[in-house]
Amino acid sequence: MTAPIRLGADIGGTFTDIALECRGRMYSTKVLTNYAAPEQAILDGIDVVLAEAKITLSNLDLVIHGTTLATNALIERRGAKTAFVTTDGFRDTIEMRTENRFAQYDLNMVLPKPLIPREHRFAIKGRISAQGQELAPLDEAALEALADDIAAQGFGAVAIGFIHSYMNPAHEQRAREIIAEKTSAPISISAEVSPQMREFERFNTVCANAYVRPQMADYLTRLQARLKAMGAGCPVFMIHSGGGLISVETASEFPVRLVESGPAGGAIFAADVAQKFGLRKVVSYDMGGTTAKICLIEDCAPKTARTFEVARTTRFAKGSGMPISIPVIEMIEIGAGGGSLAWVDAIGRIQTGPESAGSEPGPACYQRGGTHPAITDADLVLGKLDADNFVGGAIQLSTDAATAAILHDVGDKLNLDAISAAFGICEVVDENMANAARVHAVENGKNISDNVMIAFGGAAPLHAARLCEKLGIDQCLIPVGAGVGSAIGFLKAPFGYEALASNILPLSAFNATVVNTLIAGLKATATGFVRAGTAAPIHSEITAFMRYVGQGWEIPVTLPDRAFTDADAEMLRSNFCENYARFFGRAISGLDGLEIEIVTWSVKAQDQRTKPNQIALTSGGAKTAHKLSRPVFDPSRGEFIDTAILNRSDLPPGVRIHGPAIIVERETATVVTAPFDVVMQTDGSLLLIRKAAQ
Amino acid sequence: MTDQTRDIRMQVMWNRLISVVEEQALTLLRTAFSTSVREAGDLSAGVFDPKGRMLAQAVTGTPGHVNTMAEAVLHFIAEIGRKNMHPGDTYVTNDPWKGTGHLHDITMVSPSFLGADLVGFFACTAHVVDVGGRGFGADAKSVYEEGIQIPIMKFADKGAVNADLIRLIRANVREPHQVVGDFYSLAACNDVGHRRLIAMMQEIGLTSLDALGDFIFTRTHSATLDRIRALPQGTWANTLLTDGYDTPVKLAAQVEINGDQVNVDFAGSDPASRYGINVPIIYTKAYACYALKCVIAPDIPNNWASLALFTISSPENILNAPRPAPVAVRHVIGHMVPDLVLGALAKALPGQVLAEGAAALWNIHMSVRPVTGTKGKRAEILMFNSGGMGARPGLDGLSATAFPSGVMTMPIEATEHTGPIVVWRKELRPDSGGDGQYRGGLGQIIEIEPAPGHEFDFSAMFDRVNHSAAGRDGGGAGAAGIVALDDGTQLKPKGWQHVPQGRRLILHLPGGGGYGAPELRDADAQAEDILRGYVTGNKP
Repeated sequence: MTAPIRLGADIGGTFTDIALECRGRMYSTKVLTNYAAPEQAILDGIDVVLAEAKITLSNLDLVIHGTTLATNALIERRGAKTAFVTTDGFRDTIEMRTENRFAQYDLNMVLPKPLIPREHRFAIKGRISAQGQELAPLDEAALEALADDIAAQGFGAVAIGFIHSYMNPAHEQRAREIIAEKTSAPISISAEVSPQMREFERFNTVCANAYVRPQMADYLTRLQARLKAMGAGCPVFMIHSGGGLISVETASEFPVRLVESGPAGGAIFAADVAQKFGLRKVVSYDMGGTTAKICLIEDCAPKTARTFEVARTTRFAKGSGMPISIPVIEMIEIGAGGGSLAWVDAIGRIQTGPESAGSEPGPACYQRGGTHPAITDADLVLGKLDADNFVGGAIQLSTDAATAAILHDVGDKLNLDAISAAFGICEVVDENMANAARVHAVENGKNISDNVMIAFGGAAPLHAARLCEKLGIDQCLIPVGAGVGSAIGFLKAPFGYEALASNILPLSAFNATVVNTLIAGLKATATGFVRAGTAAPIHSEITAFMRYVGQGWEIPVTLPDRAFTDADAEMLRSNFCENYARFFGRAISGLDGLEIEIVTWSVKAQDQRTKPNQIALTSGGAKTAHKLSRPVFDPSRGEFIDTAILNRSDLPPGVRIHGPAIIVERETATVVTAPFDVVMQTDGSLLLIRKAAQ
Repeated sequence: MTDQTRDIRMQVMWNRLISVVEEQALTLLRTAFSTSVREAGDLSAGVFDPKGRMLAQAVTGTPGHVNTMAEAVLHFIAEIGRKNMHPGDTYVTNDPWKGTGHLHDITMVSPSFLGADLVGFFACTAHVVDVGGRGFGADAKSVYEEGIQIPIMKFADKGAVNADLIRLIRANVREPHQVVGDFYSLAACNDVGHRRLIAMMQEIGLTSLDALGDFIFTRTHSATLDRIRALPQGTWANTLLTDGYDTPVKLAAQVEINGDQVNVDFAGSDPASRYGINVPIIYTKAYACYALKCVIAPDIPNNWASLALFTISSPENILNAPRPAPVAVRHVIGHMVPDLVLGALAKALPGQVLAEGAAALWNIHMSVRPVTGTKGKRAEILMFNSGGMGARPGLDGLSATAFPSGVMTMPIEATEHTGPIVVWRKELRPDSGGDGQYRGGLGQIIEIEPAPGHEFDFSAMFDRVNHSAAGRDGGGAGAAGIVALDDGTQLKPKGWQHVPQGRRLILHLPGGGGYGAPELRDADAQAEDILRGYVTGNKP
């Protein structure tokens, strides 16, 4: 049987990446994103890779697509005119947020505006209790009248979110029926979009879903039609924020699940590399133009979280965006990319990001009008990039322009020469990324230094070695195709869907019948979505999110996929206690008398993928002579060292080069700092190995 | 290594130190039982040098905790004594005058040893669910009625937890498991900080934090000093009236900007109250420094050097209440201190300081029980809610937003799972923001009913019911708060009161004051106020 021909398309903020897997080879290209007609960029990119592979659209077996369009619509507030129907007394939940200020000392702080303004939020009487019982009946007469108003006022979408609907969705479902009789606008209900406790997060999520739904549905319909008209008969699937594939129909109904699908593709890419090399503990590090994303990947599968924040408004500050409660690959994202700008704060400290020079005007060294120093400028001044060979010489970089910008914005203010200032900029951005990685590891109860790093994205190879030094990591892989990692990741993604439900259950009242029914329901939902795309066997992962009664933070406890009996309460208790101890470094004693409860249940269903061929990491031994060298600043020694320069494509497998060295390729360069060696792997990946760890 | 690269390395280590205290705070946030910590972020965490000077604090945290903790560590060092400090130790207190102003806050300090050398301290503070006594409220006549007092002592000695202390606490508080759980969480949080610090020092090859401390303090000191020297010099005074327990309380402040120092003196404030609304000076100082910092140096990190340039003085009065005054709800008056100080600063810096706001959080503690003769659930429930913030020069006030406190509200859905109550309403209160060129932030309306078959007593800890938030520079006052039942019965802003089965408690939280003359308000802004229903034209 020949392997299916699969094509991945990732629409990002700047570039649209295309990856084609055909007859055992990978073809890829990058084209500029087309904001007016996003599908056009995909079609243009497809032409390029099809021509290279000498096939036509009709040969494709599968197209997998991920896009930031939903995220952009939320950030730029370009969604539909949406009506939000909510419980009487809670009209302002999405506006009042958490009632706190994300910047404690800033008296001029501005909170993000609610997605749906107050005049488009409508309150209806009716109330469900925390236990799911009806406290007050739904006011159907008022709903009828409201439905007429919604139709008359030309709303393009409707969101419904009632208090405690995750316990009992009856009122939301009935309200949808009534409104649907009067309007053809798509209606989203919170019990389906995000059945989790915490009203601000759930309401905001259903509003976001409704808000982007008409636009995303239009776009996806158009894309499918264009592909079909051009001769592609294959199905199109979408990658979602949790890293699995869903049908276009599901994506059109739940477009909020497409938010963060690009970064999810990157994590899947790293997970696939981990699988290939049999690495059980991995930290993926994806550094592009504007942000860096760091994700822990244990046993070749990234973890999912249940909520995240998008569209941060103020300097990327936590709390300045909006919460979205859907399953999402858990990662930390900070404003640190090659284009991030460096500046000096009030007390003379160098700061980097989150403002970015982007691709226009770009870093100062591009000489396209940028005058402020970006990370790329500092990398150039320190000798990490070759001014004459950037993107294969397509862009001539100006060290003079980079030096001038660094001196003007940083060096002169701190009385530093350009080299020291550039060193300072790189140290600060590397330290920020290292701190983010450490905090992310702590949040997951892990020790960062135990991991192998997998680095990809244009800027990551320039910084990965130093980051490993700071994190105490001994090995770092830089895989092939790192420039279009997310699009390649799409091709590796399973058909998968995670269904969640909050249903608070104390362990002392554990009832196997109730639990089995609940899990069966979640499983039916999740496998239903998965079955739409695959005939392969489906694997389900059951997770209970548990805590001591009185705590607010739940930790995930993985459960066996089988019917439970009442006696399993003891199994849950001991699994929880074991996980709890692991999360916090040691058991917290003194808690024996406390009740334990399960708050949320999750079933993650996905089809079983065929495992990639296993490759062993090689630590090499063969040496190679280098013809070129140039002085490069070494951060741990604080001075320039004569450094070997080699072409990645010239290196045979097994060759080992002592750092300091730089391995150059078309779009980036791998910096091997003095504490590391680099070994070429059999598949073309580069492996950094710490010298002391030999 | 050049001096230049040395400075860069120092800065990188400083960032790392901040990351260490963030991890410390995160551990507390994740393990804490108290709703006020886990949902509302009412906590603080910081790292100190061996002399007890704060090097860095977690950004998570509320000013009343951070700045009091900064003082508290000095008391711990003095009372425990260096020779009695060992690796594995953790010290504890809830002394209102040496900790954070009331018994509900537990402060823990742990020495950090690198080998045999004391290299620093970690401290953290959190509000626990219960400390016994009369419960969380303003009704006690002295601190002795407010709960168990834990003088500065060892919680753990060389790693061994003080079992007698734990037994004593268990016997004295209403929710022993949760309170003891929080004690362990606090200790664990310092432990995480300690382990990360030692890992950092070993990795970098540091044997002490002296050089890093000098770097942090020198940079911070000179930047803060530059800001103070740029201010107008002189003395400015302000007074404001608050509701008090049952009679109004006057607060007075004189802000003196004199060369290299800013001093705030609270002479002229009313004497200490008979009720638990008194404020130990450590808490007054915390909020006075916070207000000064927001205006003078908001972007400069908060540490010993930035706090050292702000001094506080006061004769004995309600803002410097001596032991054994009752102090349980010291936050109500304490949260007024920023409005008081900002009012004086506004005279020094006209056109630069926001109007008064709701200030004090509207915290409500409910003690729910089944009505006699029926089966049901008992529960202690605490909610944090915020009124409107004052309008800023150039910006409307933030609606339903905590200021000066840094806490969050809890989700209603989570609160209703905590105990048998139904929250029927929690939404913005139209027409409550003060008029002005820039409108004051709106307050909110909350309606709470005991679940069927239940009743509750609640401890009111509210202010700005009889004295609304004043506008600034021609702006109007925000609407005053209202405490009532749904049958129209007016209730008191302070003290324990009853809500029977079938009745709803209705709270109208105060709005913030406006800024600038109302006739200067932009026409579009006025139209939007009407469209959104922030302003209805019907004054409450």
